[in-house]
Amino acid sequence: MLKIENIDQTDHMVLQLSGEIDASNSVDLDAAIQDMISRGAKKILVDGSQLEYISSAGLGVFMSYLEEFHEKDIQIVIYGLLEKVHQVFVILGLDKLITIKNNQQDALEAML
Amino acid sequence: MNDLKLYCDTQKLASLRGFLNNTLQQTNLNEIEIHQLILAVEEVCANMIIHSHSCDPDTYINLKTEINDNTIIFEIKDMGKGFNLLEYQEPELDEVVKTKRKGGLGIMLVKKIMDKIEFESNGVKNTCRLIKELKSK
Repeated sequence: MLKIENIDQTDHMVLQLSGEIDASNSVDLDAAIQDMISRGAKKILVDGSQLEYISSAGLGVFMSYLEEFHEKDIQIVIYGLLEKVHQVFVILGLDKLITIKNNQQDALEAML
Repeated sequence: MNDLKLYCDTQKLASLRGFLNNTLQQTNLNEIEIHQLILAVEEVCANMIIHSHSCDPDTYINLKTEINDNTIIFEIKDMGKGFNLLEYQEPELDEVVKTKRKGGLGIMLVKKIMDKIEFESNGVKNTCRLIKELKSK
């Protein structure tokens, strides 16, 4: 089960992910990110505090947008990851490619 | 020993995770280690479901787990063209980013998490064994 919620704030968008992302639903994550880009997002905060699981299908979605984020000057920060999920980013070295912070406060500060 | 017959539908991956979680609770691995093993086994199964079986829900793969004193062995068998993990050359991370490809990370995870990977095939039946060594206490 995956629940994706999009919350628009004045100067940033929050993408809240709850549940599990695998090969069956990673397209939903893809669509949600695509939607934020098309709506002109410049700062994307991904709330991962309720994300219980992410397989390579979901990680691949984030990776596939890194170039576009860079080209369009879009900042993205993931925050609140459970340690077991955070470790998956670390195993692959993705924590070096995408900013990961402990909480929303730190994530917002990282975007200033 | 625990067995699971997994039909080739990505919607079934959640039940695979449930099965693996139940099985691995019998070990003294911690939550993070269990999570990683579940992930690695799922990556291999998802790969087979998508690439070897084209998500045909009438076909299935068999998973057998064997917990020993020093090792955990996940044996995944299927019929068909087979997918040899050992021969697959995973891309570099920066290549994944540059080419915007969404695949390739899964096999990378499996190789980093598991201690040993074996694959054998007679052209009809394929067996992939993922082996994790347990730290002796």
